[in-house]
Amino acid sequence: MRAFTCVEVILVVCVAAHLAAQAPQAGGGAPQADQDRSQRLYPALQRPPGDPELIARGQALYGINCRACHGLDLRGGDLGGPNLLRSQLVLRDRQGEEMLPVIRDGQSGADGSGMPPQPLSDADIRAVVEYIHDVLSTASRQGGPPAGDEVEIDILVGDAAAGQTYFAAKCASCHSPTGDLQGIGARIPGAQQLQNTWVRGGARNADRPPITVTVTQSSGERVVGQLERLNDFLIVLTEADGRHRSFSRHGDTPLVEVDDPMATHRELLPLYTDMDIHNVTAYLVTLQ
Amino acid sequence: MTSKLRLKIRGATDLASRLRVTGLVLTAALVVLPVGSRAQERGGLDPASLLEPLGESWPTYSGDYSGRRYSGLTQVTTDNVSRLTLAWTRQLDTGTPALEGANAPTFIGGEGTGEFPIGTQRIKGSLLQVDDLLYVTAPDHVWALDVRDGGERWHYFWKTRGGPHIGNRGAALWRDSLIFETVDNYLVSLDARTGEERWHTEIASFEEQYFSTMAPIVVGDHLLVGTGNDLDAPGFLQSFDPATGALRWKFYTVPMSPDDPGIDTWPTLDAARHGGGQVWVPGAYDPETNYYIFGTGNPTPGYTGIARLGDNLFTCTLIAVDVDTGEMAWYFQTSPHDTHDWDSAQTPILIDGVIDGVPRKLVSTAARNGYFFTLDRVTGEHIVTTRYGATSNWASHIRENGSPNPHPAKEAIIPGALVSPVEGGVANWQPPAFNPDTGLFYTQENNGFNLLYLTELDPRGSMGLGGKDRITVGSGGNALSAIDYRTGETVWRHAWPIGGGGGAGVLTTAGGLVFTGDGSGNFVAFDAADGELLWHTRIGNISNAPQTYLIDGRQHVLVASGQRLFAFVMY
Repeated sequence: MRAFTCVEVILVVCVAAHLAAQAPQAGGGAPQADQDRSQRLYPALQRPPGDPELIARGQALYGINCRACHGLDLRGGDLGGPNLLRSQLVLRDRQGEEMLPVIRDGQSGADGSGMPPQPLSDADIRAVVEYIHDVLSTASRQGGPPAGDEVEIDILVGDAAAGQTYFAAKCASCHSPTGDLQGIGARIPGAQQLQNTWVRGGARNADRPPITVTVTQSSGERVVGQLERLNDFLIVLTEADGRHRSFSRHGDTPLVEVDDPMATHRELLPLYTDMDIHNVTAYLVTLQ
Repeated sequence: MTSKLRLKIRGATDLASRLRVTGLVLTAALVVLPVGSRAQERGGLDPASLLEPLGESWPTYSGDYSGRRYSGLTQVTTDNVSRLTLAWTRQLDTGTPALEGANAPTFIGGEGTGEFPIGTQRIKGSLLQVDDLLYVTAPDHVWALDVRDGGERWHYFWKTRGGPHIGNRGAALWRDSLIFETVDNYLVSLDARTGEERWHTEIASFEEQYFSTMAPIVVGDHLLVGTGNDLDAPGFLQSFDPATGALRWKFYTVPMSPDDPGIDTWPTLDAARHGGGQVWVPGAYDPETNYYIFGTGNPTPGYTGIARLGDNLFTCTLIAVDVDTGEMAWYFQTSPHDTHDWDSAQTPILIDGVIDGVPRKLVSTAARNGYFFTLDRVTGEHIVTTRYGATSNWASHIRENGSPNPHPAKEAIIPGALVSPVEGGVANWQPPAFNPDTGLFYTQENNGFNLLYLTELDPRGSMGLGGKDRITVGSGGNALSAIDYRTGETVWRHAWPIGGGGGAGVLTTAGGLVFTGDGSGNFVAFDAADGELLWHTRIGNISNAPQTYLIDGRQHVLVASGQRLFAFVMY
């Protein structure tokens, strides 16, 4: 439900995937570890670091008593226990006042599910509570779980031969595997970054060829240059000698013709199938 | 300006400030409550006046209950808008203010320490204009400004406990109380004349990671309040007593017990109870049926739908509730099983129109997912569904009941799916408008493309908005679109030049105009009938929706750009 933002994630080489087999690290691993915790967004993240020994003991006890139902990463396990990292009861808990009675005495769920009492001393339960709070304090932004180890995901599923055919039909009028794209598969590390780059038409705006505009005034005078700004009321350009020019626009006066080398990339966006994209990526990866 | 008066006010309230600081909140509340009841006797804004169509003032979020943002003022017209001129401008500092000294806010409240970094926020809400004052909000801030020159009458600052400071959509005026939501989930009532706090009450759990941005809506003696949450938590709409802050009712937007309606659209009760559907943008109110009609947010987890297979009612749904009881009268799901963070919270618009020659009571909405809908607002009967986002590519077909059907191939997938629109949607919170003279519904139309990758390989899916990577790879072009509510067809469409579009809401008037921002730094006016551009001024990108009112017999047009307000006038 996040509101619109102009800031979009740019390029990501490796993705972090949190795998069920990976337990959260106790007593650390928090994102932005050097940040003052009081400046984080929510109470679970603002919580001061707990006693590392208590947390370690709680982690061991959790592994014995809780893991089967709630999962090694606290996000729910094979026996159907709920995800503790989004549990309203866990989030509300401060010093065990919510969690301790449930762990000690058990409880019945609204839909007939339930949790049996756990044979733990109050001191052991407090250690488990401390461990759970410690894991909660490492959650990612916007409700995401704690980041796991970085895992490279292989996104390559396409057919390189089909990609080559598509390239020849749709891309070869501007691009060449032995010209501008020679060795592109080696130059851009990782298939995901390569795919992002070619669909977008360059990793950064600076990589893109400039947009050329021709302004024809009512007198017939033509001014040609590199586009700086364009809206319904103004065109700003830089002439070849570096001269800054700007013209007020009133409808079609002056006449503005835009030659944007990237227009073809934009026009293709509604036309690609995802299979086209995956095939072309598979082909470009072979250009080593 | 009003420095003498301000000093006097601040001196008088030192005691109240100390009471709050020393924790005697209850005592302070007891002291101020009688003031509230006297104020009721003195009047202030009569809630019944909100039933009037938008006219000379702007007393509630959308101006009136219809959500049309259609002003009956006619001094500014298609013929003379080119002579619109600046009356005044006012810069507001939306960061953390000095808490002591001459520049300190008139009143300071809050449960935090004052040290949480709130950043510098843009003004992204509706201002209220009543009598000689304007009420302006930004996260943790409320100002009352003189309507004639923007001079500060009072400034209230809330010391927050934290939370994402992304925007505040405005305040509500109930008699002489000004009531607003804080990021850390308090409803705060101020004396609208002085800015002194009357009470504050918690409306959602900050521990459970709710956060609040919505402008509360007054309907009679109900104050309708919504909240937000990015973690997996149930959404709800609440009604509070605007006099005391006491809860009247709470309507959950997802099933919370095994017998609740919609439970069969979730795999488990646990999934439903963590299913989202937040209510974070104001809706519309229909006095004839006593229905408050509003849209709900996306289901959660946002991008990994694997653990919530099904339609996920009542997320991404247009809902009518009876204001007195909080019970649902009808619903229509505008985005079943969303997996793109495209909530359907956009403000709907009530239209008294004609369909096939028959007068109808209608409601229309342009959803974030790129689809436009018209329904019967009495029964919820579906009438129109069209795609208004030119490149929206995520639906396989329109279901028999009118809901677009999501295509699984356009969810986040490991090799990447090319998806339009981007996360921000074709439209977002920015209010649309409807002009009964043209019969057209005006909305921004944003047509970006993302490559969307699944990064969560765990079969349980992710949490919150996690589990995906996304990169914007281009745009099919943005526009301002004018849609015929009867057919859903776009009648005129102004394509913004390269890079334009985006973040401004819309105002339309009986002068035949549509005001909005072009996303290239210009505040612009169109001919509402045909989309001809008639006027512009370069004041920076518009960050809210333009508004209009009458002062000293002259029509003003008010708009925010970042931290600055601009009031234009026709002489």
